[in-house]
Amino acid sequence: MAYVSIADRDHEQEHHDPQSFITKYIWSQDHKVIAIQYGGTAIFTGLVAMVLSSIFRLQLGFPDVFHFVDPTEYYQLVTMHGMIMIVYMLTALLLGGFGNYLIPLQLGARDMVFPFLNMLSYWFFLLSVIILMSSFFIDGGPTGAGWTLYPPQSISEGTPGVNGGITLMLLSLAVFIIAFTMGGLNYVTTILQARCKGMTLMRMPLSIWGIFVATILGLLAFPALLVAAIMTLLDQLVGTSFFMPEMLSMGEANDYNGGSPILFQHLFWFFGHPEVYIVALPAFGIVSDVLAVHARKNIFGYRMMVWAIVAIGGLSFVVWAHHMYVSGMNPYFGFFFATTTLIIAVPTALKVYNWVLTLWKGNIKLTVPMLFAIGFIFTFTHGGLTGLFLGNVTVDLPLSDTYFVIGHFHLVMGVSPILVIFAALYHWYPKLSGKMFNERLGQIHFWCTLIGTYVVYLPMHYIGILGVPRRYFAYGSDFIPESAYTLNEIITIAAIFTAVSQLLFFINIFWSLKYGKPSGGNPWNATSLEWQTPDTPAKHGNWGHDLPVVYRWPYDYSVPGETADFVPQTVAPRDGVVAGRNHGVSTD
Amino acid sequence: MSSVATQQLETGAKGFVKDWESDKQTFHVPWGKAMMWIFLLSDTFIFSCFLVGYMNVRMSTRVEWPPVSEIFSLSMGGAPIPLLLIAIMTFVLITSSGTMAMAVNMGYRRDRAKTAALMFITAAFGAIFVGMQAFEWSKLIIEEGIRPWGNDFGAPQFGSFFFMITGFHGIHVSIGVIYLAVVALKVLRGDYEKKGYEIVEITGLYWHFVDLVWVFIFAFFYLW
Repeated sequence: MAYVSIADRDHEQEHHDPQSFITKYIWSQDHKVIAIQYGGTAIFTGLVAMVLSSIFRLQLGFPDVFHFVDPTEYYQLVTMHGMIMIVYMLTALLLGGFGNYLIPLQLGARDMVFPFLNMLSYWFFLLSVIILMSSFFIDGGPTGAGWTLYPPQSISEGTPGVNGGITLMLLSLAVFIIAFTMGGLNYVTTILQARCKGMTLMRMPLSIWGIFVATILGLLAFPALLVAAIMTLLDQLVGTSFFMPEMLSMGEANDYNGGSPILFQHLFWFFGHPEVYIVALPAFGIVSDVLAVHARKNIFGYRMMVWAIVAIGGLSFVVWAHHMYVSGMNPYFGFFFATTTLIIAVPTALKVYNWVLTLWKGNIKLTVPMLFAIGFIFTFTHGGLTGLFLGNVTVDLPLSDTYFVIGHFHLVMGVSPILVIFAALYHWYPKLSGKMFNERLGQIHFWCTLIGTYVVYLPMHYIGILGVPRRYFAYGSDFIPESAYTLNEIITIAAIFTAVSQLLFFINIFWSLKYGKPSGGNPWNATSLEWQTPDTPAKHGNWGHDLPVVYRWPYDYSVPGETADFVPQTVAPRDGVVAGRNHGVSTD
Repeated sequence: MSSVATQQLETGAKGFVKDWESDKQTFHVPWGKAMMWIFLLSDTFIFSCFLVGYMNVRMSTRVEWPPVSEIFSLSMGGAPIPLLLIAIMTFVLITSSGTMAMAVNMGYRRDRAKTAALMFITAAFGAIFVGMQAFEWSKLIIEEGIRPWGNDFGAPQFGSFFFMITGFHGIHVSIGVIYLAVVALKVLRGDYEKKGYEIVEITGLYWHFVDLVWVFIFAFFYLW
């Protein structure tokens, strides 16, 4: 854990090349291996959550046909689906996976600043996943409190999993937060302090900007969840009354006295809303890079894109109570939070315009990553627009807790980041493996995913406006109109179709690992540093003997006067003149 | 030593802009120090959430809050003296910040024996603080009958928040004591002769933070 002085760092940082299989692939401190471990674990949990969703969708779509889920299990399934997807899949995959892989490679560093802490971060994450998954196997099963875990319901008698599931869930979250803190400290310090020569902040790829700001959000928002988890645990195990009011539970007065359930909601959403951007900002950054590379054009308005990321990050801390309009808080709060919520749409819309303008007059190559990136622009715009509806108090009140909300947040923070994750996985797969994936199979996977998710989530807006509430096991015969039943069946079929079609992705990557064509070091003709490594896949230490030196920003595509349509960041300016745009002050 | 000594640093707004637009690194500090600052920022949010939760509950409770000055008073010669124990505890902890600062100074002067000695003194003060906290806890629990889930004086949340927040802080102090002792031992052994003694300052950052948090806890629990 030595600090190596700046003069020495480039060439004299010690590298103990791992020798045995175990130090190379299991107890590895190499950021690339840790990234794959993080990513693999996150994808595995994501698959579990996807299977859970398919099971409860069968119940919702065909309540009279399938009987293998009872109401208790239904609540457990939706709760675990939500929590796993948001925290253990998206957060871990985008920051633990892509953050770990991209930060040192795109910044020209040999590794994270504290590799041992980085390794510890993964093993704590795995521990949190194991704790969470073990709740499936205990008496009473996992918690069924809904992913928001609101007390008093989450720890009151009668809620599924109250005798163990909720304890394991809160414990697992606490361990996850410890893991995230260890990783996050590493990411932020590496980005701030360990860039290569010439890499100024304003020459960083937008992926890094997104991951950077998202990690800061995580470091400041997860504390609120930790505090909420500790206090809920104490309420449940010790009998304190932080969140638990005196009330009748199952017909009997409980032993609690004077707690404030609203306080939990404030703490939870002070974490919960930044969490949306913890997931979204890395996706914003990555999609910007994918669009620029495959449109052979510089990203439109780089500086504005950076400031938009920073502004969204800052604003995301003052919008949390828009999740609580129906909680009974002071109405003036609603006024304030509706205003800030709508303000956050400004930098977000700016980003969408800039993505579209990046495509405009670009030399668009419809590769598989590009398809997913363009798909993201659509799903994100649709999901974002419904966010404007829900951000207004008067519109939100009737729509709250209906399928409109489900449709909204699945499009904006479920499907959109996942499309970017696929774009990123296809985009960096050649660097990761040295092999090219199957283009045709990738295209089929894209269309199945995009059309499938749209068929799932667009009708949800309609049945939400009809007033169909979320979190109901079954609706009976007169409660909701016939059309909602039909749509529920269509949604279920589409959801299972989409889930099954994800197999194409796994077939593709595993088949290509063995039979794919060698990709070469830079198959997309991209400019950023990770494509300029001497070896593909990059070896331990990333850069061979000498660290790279950066002379320009990472978006020099189709620069007039250049023969190639891209100029890597490492290419020195000819005759002292930088051909493309040279962001930041030259420090030579 | 780092390059800070050799590099001409600009001050004021111009220097700030220059730091942020430079390549390689933004702050002219070692990696570990930058990381400790970021960690402390994150930890600040944990304590803030605890304290804001406490304030929220204390202001919204409909039951009378227990008379804290009576509960926290210590009998001395037959008369209860309010805030006596806590004044001593606070004094001990603030003093330990002073010895820590001296240790950092001695570290940069490369005086290994004095650095280690001052760090051990700091750790001892920390241990004394935790010991007195244990004494206060047992007094509250055994003599006053205050439990995390209730008490005879008023709102049950008094005990809940008190034990949770001082406990969480006490864990921080205990970790700090161990951290200090380990670093002091390594200083004594000469482990940092080559790398430099920034580690003493980094440990000090953590220790000062724990002291600073105590000032807030002290103000919100004992003076409110």
